This record gives sequence, C-alpha cells and structure tokens, in this order.
Amino acid sequence: MTEHIVRAFEEELVSLNEKIARMGELAERQLADAVNVLQRRDLDLAAEVIAADDQIDDSERDIEEQVIIMIVRRQPMALDLREIMAAIRISSDLERVGDLAGNIAKRVVSIGADTHPQRLLHGVDRMSKLAMKQLKDVLDAYSGRDTRKAIAVWHNDEEIDNMYISLFREFLTYVMEDPRLITPCTHLLFAAKNMERIGDHATNIAETIHYLVHGKPLIETNRKLISL
Amino acid sequence: MTDTQKCKEYFPDATGGASGCAVKLHGRDVNVFYDDKQVLFDVNLAIGEKMVTALIGPSGCGKSTFLRCFNRMNETISSCRVAGRVELDGFNVRDIDVVELRARVGMVFQKPNPFPKSIYENVAYGPRIHGLAGTSAELDDIVTSSLERAGLLEEVHNRMNELGTGLSGGQQQRLCIARAIAVNPEVILMDEPCSALDPIATARIEELIDDLCQNYTIVIVTHSMQQAARVSQRTVFFNLGKLVEEGDTTQIFTNPHDKQTQDYITGRFG
Repeated sequence: MTEHIVRAFEEELVSLNEKIARMGELAERQLADAVNVLQRRDLDLAAEVIAADDQIDDSERDIEEQVIIMIVRRQPMALDLREIMAAIRISSDLERVGDLAGNIAKRVVSIGADTHPQRLLHGVDRMSKLAMKQLKDVLDAYSGRDTRKAIAVWHNDEEIDNMYISLFREFLTYVMEDPRLITPCTHLLFAAKNMERIGDHATNIAETIHYLVHGKPLIETNRKLISL
Repeated sequence: MTDTQKCKEYFPDATGGASGCAVKLHGRDVNVFYDDKQVLFDVNLAIGEKMVTALIGPSGCGKSTFLRCFNRMNETISSCRVAGRVELDGFNVRDIDVVELRARVGMVFQKPNPFPKSIYENVAYGPRIHGLAGTSAELDDIVTSSLERAGLLEEVHNRMNELGTGLSGGQQQRLCIARAIAVNPEVILMDEPCSALDPIATARIEELIDDLCQNYTIVIVTHSMQQAARVSQRTVFFNLGKLVEEGDTTQIFTNPHDKQTQDYITGRFG
C-alpha cells in the first residue's frame, strides 16, 4: 500500500493499530487469568482480574479519543475510514471481552470456598479453551488482515454455542440429581455464558475484519457465510 | 427502451435516488486536444437526470475540460478541439444552437462573476434576451422566483437596485446560480463553485444544490472530497485525462474498486 502524503496520518494509523494490538493482548491475558481463577479457585487472582478491567476500559477510551481526533483532522475516506471504524468497533468488542472475563472472576468470588465436584468444571474448561483460541485467532487475523482466518473464527463460533447448550443440559442433569449443586452449577453456567458471549465478540471482530479488508459485510444465511 | 431501463444499463450499481433516473447527458468516446496535446482520452460517461454527479481528480486531469464539453464552452478556446459525441437528451450538442444549448445547460464558475449591473438586472438579463417574459410583471416574477430558488431573495429583496458586485462572495455565487436558473435550464454545470467561499457560504451553496437537484441535473467539479461525498449521488474519478472509476458516491468514498481512486481520495497520490 502506498503511504500517505501526510506522514503524520500514516503515523496515527500505525499508532491506532498498535493500540488495538495492545488492547487485544490485555483482553487475552484477562481471559486467560479469569480461566485460571476458575480452574484454581484463586480468589487473589480473581481480585486482580476484576481490578485489571480498568486498564482495558482506559485503552478503549484512549482509542476512542484518537479516533475522534483523526476524524476531525484527517476526514478519512475509503480504506482509511474503514481502518478507523474497525478500530473503534474492535476496541468496543475487546472492552466487552474484558468485562466478561471480569464477570467470570466475580462468579468465582461468589462461589467462594464452597466445594464442588471437579467434574463440573470439565465442560467449562473445554469452552474456555475454545474461547481463548477464538480470541487469539481473531486478533491474529486482525494483525495480518487475514480474512480467511477471520471467516474460520466466524464458523468456529457454532462449536462454542453448541458446547454451551450441551453444558446447560449437563448441569440440568446434575442439579436434578443433587439439589446441593444448584448454586455452583448456576454460577458456572453464568461463567459458561460469559465464555459464549466472548465467542460472539470474536465473531463480531471477524466480521469487522472482513468489512475492513473488503469493504463489504458478511451476510449469514442458514449458517452459511456469504461474502457480498 | 424506457428511461429506467436506460438507467439500469448505465448505472447498474446505482442505489437510492440514482436508481430510477434517465440519462440526461452522455459523453461517448470523448477525446479533447489543446493543439497537439491530448487532454481527454476516450471518455464514456452517462449522467443521470435530476441527480448530482461529482467529477473529482487531481489538477489537470481533464475534469473541467470534460464539464465544458456539455455546453460547448471549449469552443471559446481557439486551440481546443473536441472529438467524439456529447449528447443532451440523446441529441448531439453540436446539432443544438449554441445559444439555446447554453440556456438549457447553465454554468456556474469557480469565481463568482456577476455582471457589473444591479442585482435585478443580473437575473433579468438572460430571460430578457431569450424572450422568456412578455411583460415587466412576468420578468419581475422570474427574477423573484429565481432569487428565491437560489436562496437569496430574503437577503436582497429590499436592495434589488444595488450592484451585484457589492454582495459578499457567497451571495454573489448564489446570484450567479439565480442568473443561471432564470433562463429555465435543464442542467447546471458547476466548476468548483465553492472554492472561493467560506464554510458558511459553502454550506448555503450545498444546501441549495440539495434543493436544486429536485428539478435540475447538476454536474459539479470539486476538489473537496468531503463536498463530493456530501452533495452528489454519483462520483466520477478522472486521472491523467482518463475516466478511472465511476460509481455511487457512497461506494466510491467507502470502498472504491480502483487503486488509483483509493490512493487519490485517501491522500496517497503522487
């Protein structure tokens, strides 16, 4: 791609990309920590995860401010406009990922010292691994402007959705068998729902990448993706 | 062939208001030379009726030269030669009497150029020489309605006898637009009409363009990408005398297909 005549504009776009990359790293770390909290029931780490959400919120505000300044100064068009719109959309999705990771940590705090059988965690672990992979893949797709990878992420979301449905049924069976598991199962189901929502945000980011690169939206028809 | 079919043929990608219009102007294989130097190369372009078409491109790309083909203004330049066919409603503009043509295809220039006469006379001059008014009352009506359509009447109604050149730049440009529409044209060509105006005067002209396109076909040459994006339904990009890309304005400014267009509108050119 030819560089802008105005070098400062070029630098602003590079800086915006770097900020998204940093925010992505923060969100990934936040999610990984939240999953650790869940697996190890580590209440100290839970407090750190909840507190670290402020950092992601600050990043989003910083990106928003830069985008506003760039719109005022540069009045972007075409690919530049799409870059800037993508940055603001992705930062909003990442901010929600941070919130959802924080919510997972809060669930663990709510479960507290109550013990529950390890088997309850198996399904949530599987979901969390997939959610982390989805987030990592979509951020890689963004940094490489790789629409093929983004579309793969989009398709994989169905797996997380199915896992959530299957987990819901599994937990239903557990609580019917043993009403003492109602509280931990409910908290864990909320945690699983947060993972599922994180998957949705990865999908949003995948759609944004497609728009950024091709200037056209992805349209879903019967779970088949059509690139307009 | 119906007008709508024509439109679909020439603007297959058109959306919104641009999708239901007929072709008003048409350049076919237009080549323009200044002496031996060719400045336009095989330009083919259909312009829809009652919509705003913006011509954009770097200085010297030929967009103003192309604009001037529609009312044969290039003939006023002795070294200029136009080859190919330029049509108004399907008729070759060369077969239309030039005085009639320029009444049907009005023009507004970069720098406001009112006559050194009163505001009233500036507007009344055209209808008078074209015999559009039988009585002075009819002429008054034409002057008043033209100034009103140009959004200037309220500001000048009590100073009709003052010199047009005494108005502000933005008012002078609206006076020129009133002068152009007083002879009841079908097309208004605008060659960078706001380049000498401040943002408020520019906004007034842009508001006026929005109103005027209900009744007139407008072709505007502009260096302001934002202005093209704001006022037009179709945008055409020229470079080095060639038509590079034309399309719906939204598409051109969000997702141009040609790399040259993308580079130009994002400031990566040259």
